[in-house]
Amino acid sequence: MDLTTFLIQCLNAFQYGLLLFLVASGLTLIFGIMGVINLAHGSFYMIGAYLAYALAPVVASAIGGGFFATLLVGVVLSVVFGYLLEWAFYSYLYERDHLQQVLMTYGLILVFEELRSLLVGDNVYSVEIPQVLAGSIPLSEVMTYPTYRLFVSAICLVLVGAMFWVFARTRLGMMIRAGASNREMVQSLGIDISFLYRVVFAAGFALAAFAGMVAAPVSTVYPGMGGEVLIICFVVVVIGGIGSIQGALVAALLIGFVDTFGKVLVPGAAGVMVYLAMALILLWKPDGLFKAG
Amino acid sequence: MNRLNPYKLAALAASLLLAAAPAYSAEKLKVGMMLPFTGTYAKLGATIKNGFKLYVQQQGGSLGGREIEYVEVDSEANPAKAVDNVNKLILQHNVDVLLGSVHSGVALAMAKRAKESGKLLIVPNAGADGVTGPLCAPNIFRTSFSNWQTGYAIGKAMAEDGHKRAVAVTWKYGSGEEQLKGFKEAFEKGGGKVIEELFVPFPNVEFQAVLTQVAAAKPDAVYSFFAGAGAVKFVKDYAAAGLKGSFPLYGTGFLTDGTLEAQGADAQGVKTALHYADQLGTPTDNAFRAAYSKAYGDQPDVYAVQGYDAAQLLKVGLTATGGDPKKSAEFAAAVRKATFDSPRGPFTISKSHNPIQDMYLREVKGDVNKVVRVVVKALEDPGRGCSMK
Repeated sequence: MDLTTFLIQCLNAFQYGLLLFLVASGLTLIFGIMGVINLAHGSFYMIGAYLAYALAPVVASAIGGGFFATLLVGVVLSVVFGYLLEWAFYSYLYERDHLQQVLMTYGLILVFEELRSLLVGDNVYSVEIPQVLAGSIPLSEVMTYPTYRLFVSAICLVLVGAMFWVFARTRLGMMIRAGASNREMVQSLGIDISFLYRVVFAAGFALAAFAGMVAAPVSTVYPGMGGEVLIICFVVVVIGGIGSIQGALVAALLIGFVDTFGKVLVPGAAGVMVYLAMALILLWKPDGLFKAG
Repeated sequence: MNRLNPYKLAALAASLLLAAAPAYSAEKLKVGMMLPFTGTYAKLGATIKNGFKLYVQQQGGSLGGREIEYVEVDSEANPAKAVDNVNKLILQHNVDVLLGSVHSGVALAMAKRAKESGKLLIVPNAGADGVTGPLCAPNIFRTSFSNWQTGYAIGKAMAEDGHKRAVAVTWKYGSGEEQLKGFKEAFEKGGGKVIEELFVPFPNVEFQAVLTQVAAAKPDAVYSFFAGAGAVKFVKDYAAAGLKGSFPLYGTGFLTDGTLEAQGADAQGVKTALHYADQLGTPTDNAFRAAYSKAYGDQPDVYAVQGYDAAQLLKVGLTATGGDPKKSAEFAAAVRKATFDSPRGPFTISKSHNPIQDMYLREVKGDVNKVVRVVVKALEDPGRGCSMK
């Protein structure tokens, strides 16, 4: 491998890692901070991707269209949907044990998949890359890099910054962190914890759906797409340390590098490299890299 | 009393037969369809079912004198549930014929159970070489293809197109590896050399790393195996990485089948090999396509053809055995002798019970896989490991 190829592979790894963080960030909120084992997280991602596909013609006929307008409408819809979902289902789960959480969220996966099948069908669809970002940048004499992928990386970086800022610097972030460590105490201090959690859940849902929408043009939209990201999301959150945002970021980047260089260096065993890395890290640090609290 | 003359005797015999026929056919033949009706492969399961039922309808609802009735089990394309599902069909529903499946892992499990129980099995898609290899049996048939066949055909085509150095990119699982084997066999026989083999874990669809490796290797052409959503993404990523202009992309037919709408302009010019193509234009294909779209309001695909031919095969066998699928030896003998008038073109069944069929090289033009040429006439799978010779 020459230097150019190595550098391009590093860019691939970095870019994939950021994309993983984007997808896993919602799970960090819901599983890591609120403590609900949410198997339906992959479905939230899938819903986002299908929103990007299905909303585009609707938005186009209503307000003239455009990828970014679709994105905005999609985020607003998913915040509302996430809020309702928490009110209807997830709010009953906080006090329950993990088995019941797993059962209900698994049930939701089946429901969402069937709804998807009924409403949109079982075909594979692609979502157009917005015109302004459709180009690509030459990297070597034969290889080019799609601009849209760089744009996705930029979005991820902005999101990383925003999440850190909210959690470390704002009052809302402080309340969420306090609620995560002691729910009753926060409640007795006069903070409406149920409402707060509803908001956090809606944000987690919206993050996953947003990730699905942003990833749709590069990943295509297909049945079962949620199941595939779910596992890798859990790997990221567990390696990073439950409840830690910087942990999730470091873990996502690490997985990006392990996966990319696994495919390059040991093509025959690329599939197990990620899980091997997870096993080794958990042997070394059973609580993950950055255990919160 | 008058002596019975031969004519009266014949009439009497005929009336007896006529009286007996309904009594026998009153017992319906149960076809157990074990296909994916949900999940990633749901559309494939549905078109196979449609194709099969279309042929049965065209025959007036019965094959070989037996009225057909269906029992459906969702295979979920899940090999872990395959044994339970096939047992459900055999023990609980007591079906006469097994039809399935799409996923190779599921089909292998079905073939194992069929071999043990002696139940007739027709495989309408899954290409696992083993089904008509080590697992072959007088009561197991396939109407689709073997992985080896599709790989072999595209390998021959690539060598014929004058390519010498190729990179192979494939999902790392059974089908991908079997097709790669067939590809290498033909490509190297034709004087080519596979300079690098790249694997992507199934069903991972992150291709940037392997595309970078392709660019670094600078081959004459690229061979690939992906299907469904993975195929859509691979073809799009290949174009986005700027490789399409430099290294022509080849693959087994699954790379561009049922995916062209989503792949759009990025698929133009991609060459693939398969036993079927769009716009073959033969009378049988035209009639089939017209009947299918009239019945279901949708264009048929290769999976519908395979389902349709599964029903044809069942008819030939049942006609020869008087409607009894348990007479394996007679059933197999009739099927081996028959030539099937399939929408893909005529085919026969090999000694290991896999189709001996023409393989087409197709090129994506507009929204169809157009035939470039027949790469191999009557390609027969070697049936390695099969004891029926």
